[in-house]
Amino acid sequence: MTTSQHEISDEIAKIQADSPGGAPLLDFAPYRSTTLRHPTKEPLHVDPEGAELLAPVFGHSDVDAVEADLTLQRGGEPIGERIRVHGRVLDGDGRPVRRQLVEVWQANAAGRYSHQGDQHPAPLDPNFTGVGRCLTDDDGWYSFTSIKPGPYPWRNHHNAWRPAHIHFSLFGTDFTQRLITQMYFPGDQLLALDPIAQSITDPAALARLVASYDHAQSEHEWLLGYRWDIVLTGSHATYLEPSDD
Amino acid sequence: MTESTPGQTVGPFFHHALAFPGDSELVPFGSAGSVVLHGYVYDGAGDPVPDAMIEIRQSDASGVVPRIGGSLRRRGAGFTGWGRSCTDGAGHYWFSTVEPGLPFFAVTVFARGLLDRLFTRIYLPGAADAVEGLVSEREADGRLRFDLHLQGPSETVFFKFPRT
Repeated sequence: MTTSQHEISDEIAKIQADSPGGAPLLDFAPYRSTTLRHPTKEPLHVDPEGAELLAPVFGHSDVDAVEADLTLQRGGEPIGERIRVHGRVLDGDGRPVRRQLVEVWQANAAGRYSHQGDQHPAPLDPNFTGVGRCLTDDDGWYSFTSIKPGPYPWRNHHNAWRPAHIHFSLFGTDFTQRLITQMYFPGDQLLALDPIAQSITDPAALARLVASYDHAQSEHEWLLGYRWDIVLTGSHATYLEPSDD
Repeated sequence: MTESTPGQTVGPFFHHALAFPGDSELVPFGSAGSVVLHGYVYDGAGDPVPDAMIEIRQSDASGVVPRIGGSLRRRGAGFTGWGRSCTDGAGHYWFSTVEPGLPFFAVTVFARGLLDRLFTRIYLPGAADAVEGLVSEREADGRLRFDLHLQGPSETVFFKFPRT
């Protein structure tokens, strides 16, 4: 593990010059763990049918409202910079994804996950699990209250650091719209160095993973607001009801 | 069409967030009419992938794709047609479910080291018009077995759908 950040950044630059793309490259050697885990055959083009046309349904029997506030779950105040992240989930045609499940997870303010596999020697926060869920509302809006996650080191190469991020898991109306991704924070200097983020080789596409600071959501003497909208791929269903926005 | 938000790897530290009690039991294990769908996830060296997550979506036994909530709390919800299984240290995933009337399980695969989700199908044995290579095997004890290979000579057929 002697590869330097400089060498990784050179590898990234070469690939990006050759193949700018909006979806992450699955074969992306700068992220070393992809080496044996990316398919090498072209995907088979298939028209979705049956269960592929219908995403699973979730409701208020699945999610409690309190699960959207990651600062409330352990009885005491977690340490860190209190934030709210909110935005809309839209489908590929701009329609809101209504009453659908959003799951999030993140490191604590010190950059450590409350996961037994994370051995980074930063403190755990007894008042923070970093796990939340909510349902989008009738206009596709979601909102989470949390703590700004810290960046953390990982073993991809020497002195490798992940930019601060929140993992998001999303469903649409079709099973084929399933998405798991990561939201980044504006102005993070680590983003340009990160092989996971840079696997999205088109800068405009990567910019869609970066939230914007939203002062209108910030609360006086309480928290800072961020806005991040999520656009899923297109639905294959034929909708009879018109979009109402 | 608006430009869609790109995916990113699920990473290594998702179990405490995405696993939940009963996540892989679409019907209770061992209940009447249930079947186990299971297998292993392998990388390109043939080693098991212990940090993958598989999700399935399916119809019920009569061919109807359920549109009811309750998957996260299972108890009393009825058959929701969706489940999630995180692989264990041996790369093993499993579901307790029913054999779908529409003859395949729709599948998504996530893993550390996999930068975006993969789609595939697992067909029931003997399904007409099955995609070659995606048919599960009936084991002697009645379980359905299907291994997923992210890479290598036995690489699983993964899909690209229109509009994705």
